[in-house]
Amino acid sequence: MEPVRYIDRTRDDYIRQGYEKPYEWAHFEDAPFARLAKPLSECRVGLIGTSEIAVRYDPETEDNPVVEEDFRGVYGFAADTPTEALYSRTASFDRFATHLEDVNAYYPVDRLREAAADGRIAGIPDRLYGCYNNYSKRKVMTGEAPKALAWCREDGIDALLMAPV
Amino acid sequence: MSLISRHIEAAGIPTVVIGAARDIVEHCGVARYVFTDFPLGSPCGEPWNVDQQRAIFQMALDLLEDAQGPRTTREAGFRWSAGDDWKRLVFTAEQPWQDEAAYAQWMARKEDYRRLRAAGRV
Repeated sequence: MEPVRYIDRTRDDYIRQGYEKPYEWAHFEDAPFARLAKPLSECRVGLIGTSEIAVRYDPETEDNPVVEEDFRGVYGFAADTPTEALYSRTASFDRFATHLEDVNAYYPVDRLREAAADGRIAGIPDRLYGCYNNYSKRKVMTGEAPKALAWCREDGIDALLMAPV
Repeated sequence: MSLISRHIEAAGIPTVVIGAARDIVEHCGVARYVFTDFPLGSPCGEPWNVDQQRAIFQMALDLLEDAQGPRTTREAGFRWSAGDDWKRLVFTAEQPWQDEAAYAQWMARKEDYRRLRAAGRV
């Protein structure tokens, strides 16, 4: 069976919901390309996702209620946060077909740690990233994208894995 | 996510996207893309299927090393174990995307955060 054509499907859904204009998805003919500057085994590899990954709220201590600032933009959390403490807050997934109980199905943090332990990559940065979906392409290009890049540089990231939910 | 990928790639840092919505990612255009033909919410493998998740993750790492130019897509090649009905149903009137209960829960968490922030706890 062919992949779902989400652009068509969401256009129909928008119209059904009564919107006049369908969402205009970003489109480019070309795409930038950068090569690894060194072998992958010498690279520090980062991770970012749009699954609204958060650190579980502990009502006892009220520690780590959430990790993001104001629920928009790019945010980070300590890379050594135990996987059990992570969860997704997103409602943007196919709730009829799947669930979000296993973080690694949409934010492969343990798979990344394994790659570091195996020596497939040199290591991971001290923080991992999340990013809220923003439907304004202009805001992404003036806000989220430059911030993510600045953090990659700050954290010495040589390559970035990106997992849209 | 694709826009951010392009921005980071243009600045010289290689990226690889692991994602399920092939048409959206390719419409935008990224350097490297592992396409998983799974429902939105499980782009990196089925929940609790660690072997499959490892295989998909390795494909992404391989692509960082192997891709020779932009718009390189690799198909993960796995089929969703419960069958393909989800493809027919997603974003239809039968299975509406908007879920009022989930939205209400999200708003309640947001309120929690605001309360804690007002109290100086975060």
